[in-house]
Amino acid sequence: MNSIITTETPATAAPIRRGALHTLSILVNNEPGVLMRICQVFSRRGFNIDSLVVSEGRNANFSRMTIGISGNPDGLDQIIKQVSKLIDVIHCFEHTSDDSVTKELIMIKIACAEAERSQALHITAHFDGKTVDLTPSSMIVMITGDSPKIDAAVTMFSQFQIIETVRTGKVVMARGEQPT
Amino acid sequence: MSTQPLDGAQALIKTLDDLGIEYMFGYSGGAAIPIFDALETIKTKLKFVLVRHEQGAVHMADGYARATGKPAAVLVTSGPGAGNTVTGLMTAMMDSVPMIVISGQTVTWMLGKDAFQEADIFGITIPVVKHNYLVKDTNSLPRIAREAYHIATTGRPGPVLIDVPKDVSGAAFTGDLNPPFNLPGYDPSGDFKIDRSAIEEAATLISQAKRPVILAGQGAMIARADKELRYLAETLHAPVTSTLLGKGVFPETHALSLGMLGMHGTAYANKAMIECDLLINVGSRFDDRIIGNPSKFCATAKIIHIDIDPAEMNKMIKPDICIVGDAKAALAALNEHINPLPTADWLSKLDGYKKKYPLTYKKQGGLRMQQVIDELYELTKGEAIVSTDVGQHQMWAAQFYKNSESFHWLSSGGAGTMGFGFPAAIGAQLAHPKKTVISISGDGGFQMTLFELATAQIHKLPIKIVVLNNHYLGMVRQWQELFFENRESGVDLIGNPDFCKLAAAYGIPSVHIKRPADVTRMLEKALAYNDGPILIHAECVKTDNVFPMIPAGAALEDMITEAPKQKMAKPIGST
Repeated sequence: MNSIITTETPATAAPIRRGALHTLSILVNNEPGVLMRICQVFSRRGFNIDSLVVSEGRNANFSRMTIGISGNPDGLDQIIKQVSKLIDVIHCFEHTSDDSVTKELIMIKIACAEAERSQALHITAHFDGKTVDLTPSSMIVMITGDSPKIDAAVTMFSQFQIIETVRTGKVVMARGEQPT
Repeated sequence: MSTQPLDGAQALIKTLDDLGIEYMFGYSGGAAIPIFDALETIKTKLKFVLVRHEQGAVHMADGYARATGKPAAVLVTSGPGAGNTVTGLMTAMMDSVPMIVISGQTVTWMLGKDAFQEADIFGITIPVVKHNYLVKDTNSLPRIAREAYHIATTGRPGPVLIDVPKDVSGAAFTGDLNPPFNLPGYDPSGDFKIDRSAIEEAATLISQAKRPVILAGQGAMIARADKELRYLAETLHAPVTSTLLGKGVFPETHALSLGMLGMHGTAYANKAMIECDLLINVGSRFDDRIIGNPSKFCATAKIIHIDIDPAEMNKMIKPDICIVGDAKAALAALNEHINPLPTADWLSKLDGYKKKYPLTYKKQGGLRMQQVIDELYELTKGEAIVSTDVGQHQMWAAQFYKNSESFHWLSSGGAGTMGFGFPAAIGAQLAHPKKTVISISGDGGFQMTLFELATAQIHKLPIKIVVLNNHYLGMVRQWQELFFENRESGVDLIGNPDFCKLAAAYGIPSVHIKRPADVTRMLEKALAYNDGPILIHAECVKTDNVFPMIPAGAALEDMITEAPKQKMAKPIGST
């Protein structure tokens, strides 16, 4: 009996395409409860949060949220306006790949015997990844990039038994001098 | 009476006093005792009114604010006390009413541990307030109270809740009573910087109109844009219709007034919306009870939308021109660019509709709610402050009590809160002791907050408490009759008390009206009594219906002006 419990996509199936339809960057006061206020705006209007990254800003009074969402595009304008209305929100912008740089990080844990290791390391190098854990029977690889690159890496590693993946949401930054 | 050193509760009360809050409505409890104690230990102009239920307190603060444009405060305890404010907060939020609600909370070290009378009122109320706070630092209380007041009263007004743990209110205060505050995400000063290019585009659009209509919402009233609105209408020769909450901002007795529009608005207002070529919406959020089917609303018209809340733009209707900002500032700017329009034919056509579809009611077959309201209007010359509950009587009051001044019509529009009217009248009467205040309720709504009879009586408030009793939840029964093959489910209010005896139990006199012939005499008697509240119990016909009516979600063209002969399809709109 296999002791590894996995909920990952089988190697033979296509990886689940996450790709949020929209990416919002929100600057907020660094206060308790702000995330709850924002999530309420999304859930009330039937938007699903696909990814969420929150961390303190350079100024500790503020936090940066990058939220990937999917839902009826007609409602997005209303979402942005309603989020912008919240007292703790400094600003809320939607970003596209044209005006911003977007990155994600994934850690992929694979079952990998010594005989397969060379091939796994070859794939890791191709994606500019790093090996962050290595045992005789497994390894963890960390890769950063945009969503298509991450998806491609998952596809390539699917030739091994993927034990699990942990993927951050997108982080986005506006190009040029304009604020994110 | 000592004032130094202060504790947190005393600092909070001092701050509210300094902000000019006149009234605080509330109900005591363990977690709020330090704040109630501060009312006794601090010299304050703040007048506290003990209510009988926290919902009553919030509606009273709401009524005070709607009748004055200024906020009142509410003070309740934790858990159930705070929970009982949710309906009132929702009511105020939906109708953009400013207020500050202070709730006691368990001590900070018990937060999240299911302490006695603990509720996460911060989390519970997020969707029903403009903003809220859970205070962790005693010295921050004055800053938070000042922020709360600023947030509640500026931009689009709304309720703000401050949750104060007992150890925070009870601890020694060592901070600044008048600290600066900084809200980097909130700057309502921009609301007065109107986009000039949008104004010029709007003026161009207006100059091309032949069949204009102005829609006046509560936003015009909040901005105190009465004069600018009147100048706009009279200069353009454009008719004006108002929302339920906008009643009074343009005089309903004015020749250009079309009265209220929407589901139970006048037929002529709704016909004007169907046929107009230009709609100027001043401070209304295009509620679904106004627009019906949005895809068919004002299909042939250009639309200009003026609103202080940018999130209202394109929410329900996509206007041709959006002007974000204060209605008074926007209209003042717009009025510099307008000239009279050739609307004689248009006004003549609307006058024809007024003659063809007048608001009316049957004079035979028993006492009708419309008659009571109509005679109240005549006897008070339309000058009273009128509060209503929600249901058939509310719509008839909106139709037959014509308002000519702002802040004289108090009604729960967005939330449709039964039980609102009577406590709101208490708040309004406290704000305006010398004005005639009439609370009009149905038998259903009145029973939801009638316990505030004690509050009205204690303060000897000369409110005319009108209970229009048809022994039914009449509006729901009307829907069941029209759309559910007359299956009456859950609407028969069998078991109603004798409202006159009920009033007597509180020491309140009453008059009992059963026949149409008695209405004038009884109302005159009640209106002449000013030594305290008086209850007017009017027993009305059981099964009258409100017309005109546009089924929920239907197009304005689908309006019916009398009972239909054939079975009607169920409405697609939710309410």
